[in-house]
Amino acid sequence: MGGDSRYLGFFYVAPYVAGLLLFTAFPFAASFYLSFTDYDLLSTPRWTGLDNYTKLFTRDRTFDKSLKVTLLYVFMTVPIKLAFALLIAVILNYRLKAINLFRTAYYVPSILGGSIAIAVLWRYIFAEAGLVNMIIGAVGIEPVNWFGDPQNALITITLLRCWQFGSAMVIFLAALQSVDKSLYEAASIDGANQWHIFRYITLPLITPVIFFNLIMQTVQAFQEFNGPYIITEGGPLKSTYLLPLYIYDKAFKSFDMGYASAIAWVLFVIIMVLTLAAFWSSKKWVYYAGDKRS
Amino acid sequence: MTASYDINPQGLAPGTEPATALEIRLRRRSRISSAVRYGVLLVFGLIMLYPLIWLIGASFKTNAEIFASPSFWPEDPTLSGYINGWQTSTPYTFGRFFWNTFLIITPKVIGTAISCTLVAYGFARFEFPGKRILFVTVIATLLLPNVVTRIPQYLLFRDIGWLDSFLPLWVPSAVAGDAFFVFMLIQFLRAIPRDMEEAARVDGANTLQTLVYIVVPMLMPAIISVCLFQFMWTMNDFLGPLIYISSVDKYPVSLALKLSIDTTEAFDWNQILAMSVLALAPSLAVFFIAQKYFIEGISTGGVKG
Repeated sequence: MGGDSRYLGFFYVAPYVAGLLLFTAFPFAASFYLSFTDYDLLSTPRWTGLDNYTKLFTRDRTFDKSLKVTLLYVFMTVPIKLAFALLIAVILNYRLKAINLFRTAYYVPSILGGSIAIAVLWRYIFAEAGLVNMIIGAVGIEPVNWFGDPQNALITITLLRCWQFGSAMVIFLAALQSVDKSLYEAASIDGANQWHIFRYITLPLITPVIFFNLIMQTVQAFQEFNGPYIITEGGPLKSTYLLPLYIYDKAFKSFDMGYASAIAWVLFVIIMVLTLAAFWSSKKWVYYAGDKRS
Repeated sequence: MTASYDINPQGLAPGTEPATALEIRLRRRSRISSAVRYGVLLVFGLIMLYPLIWLIGASFKTNAEIFASPSFWPEDPTLSGYINGWQTSTPYTFGRFFWNTFLIITPKVIGTAISCTLVAYGFARFEFPGKRILFVTVIATLLLPNVVTRIPQYLLFRDIGWLDSFLPLWVPSAVAGDAFFVFMLIQFLRAIPRDMEEAARVDGANTLQTLVYIVVPMLMPAIISVCLFQFMWTMNDFLGPLIYISSVDKYPVSLALKLSIDTTEAFDWNQILAMSVLALAPSLAVFFIAQKYFIEGISTGGVKG
């Protein structure tokens, strides 16, 4: 098809190209430029060289804290969420009658989880006198100060992220269901037990999907905003002040666009380095069976 | 070594031959393990869903009762949360905010569906100079964090005078700006055989006619998935409206909810929870009507939820 003209296909992707240039490529370059300037929205951007970056890494205690909290948050949520998603997907993959019902139930939080209404709900169920404390109180556990204590506050927003494991689970489940059943039979005849089958057959076959989920979840987790913004407002003591909140405050509250762009670029570089590291390491552990997936 | 692993998760047909002692033992063992699985799934499922269930019950409770009992059932059911919450502390009711949400979502979903279908068709069915590089940008933007482009985008929309309008929310999506959907539709298109399209072309249809009359009908489930995901994401979007919309009369539901937790006194919880239920209701309704498309979309495209 498409023999009419070499450029016919280009006609169809033209809207994408226009959008890419205008809303992605240009802003991408512009934010890089802005990160070397001082710009308060009123006067023109003033070139300040590496000032923003020097300040970030040497004098900005809030940035240090925010970066630390962000990394902590990502390294807590992503593994927990993926492990849970995989566990439930594996259980669902057995011959269960109500598989659709369970899949739906586990998926609902993912579809709603990013919404402000859920963040509001979280704020109330983890309140001092909230649902969670009432329930753990009923079994005799002392109420936990979920928001007041800096250590617990991060866990509270982490829980919200982990609660939304459903989309990763659905992807895992689709991959598990496409694994060739004859491999299980062969292994079973050879005397392999359940763990061996999972570890040496299932797991290698779904590594492409593990990789995909890992990358997507990491990129998303680094950009978490709604949860901490609504639930803890970054506090207490900036213990949930993730970098996107800091960027938002700098850009749209103090109108310090240059500085905010510099923080955004640091965040971007961190995400890119981790993503590239994942791609690089994937050569060692991701198994593509004749490039079966996508 | 046990051989109790379910070698056929899709359902082992009961043996047609007489059951041996080993088979009986295996069957009993698999019955126990499936009971364990159901148990685990039920317990976790309940823990997962209880916050949502509790929310619905709590929205009918009085303020005093919300923090008095962890049970779902309101002892003294009242609609006052809904009635007072709907009024809000602003001159507008939640009806206005729902209408604004609708005004944001509808053009956005339509624009997304049309533009992403065109673009995915271009990528999946044509060869043209620069295609490979452009496709790499689709994947790259999939991974590109929005935070990097957000500030210049804001400045761009400010310079063209679109702030405090819905245009910054609509326009990027109308030019296939959500790489996820382009990617997802390409995945679907790759799985569709080209025979019918080639037949249509032989019969003299041009590529656009082929797209509209042959490809779109076959691609419909995927396009519906795209629309549903865009609907959900826009319902859930908070940062976009937070940055671009400044007049309260243009607020979508997400901003209105934030406003209500900022402005209501500590004792109006039931109003906020009631409005949260309403805010979630469209998403829940759409999800339950069309869950098949969500699952299909996410399994095929690996799209985030």
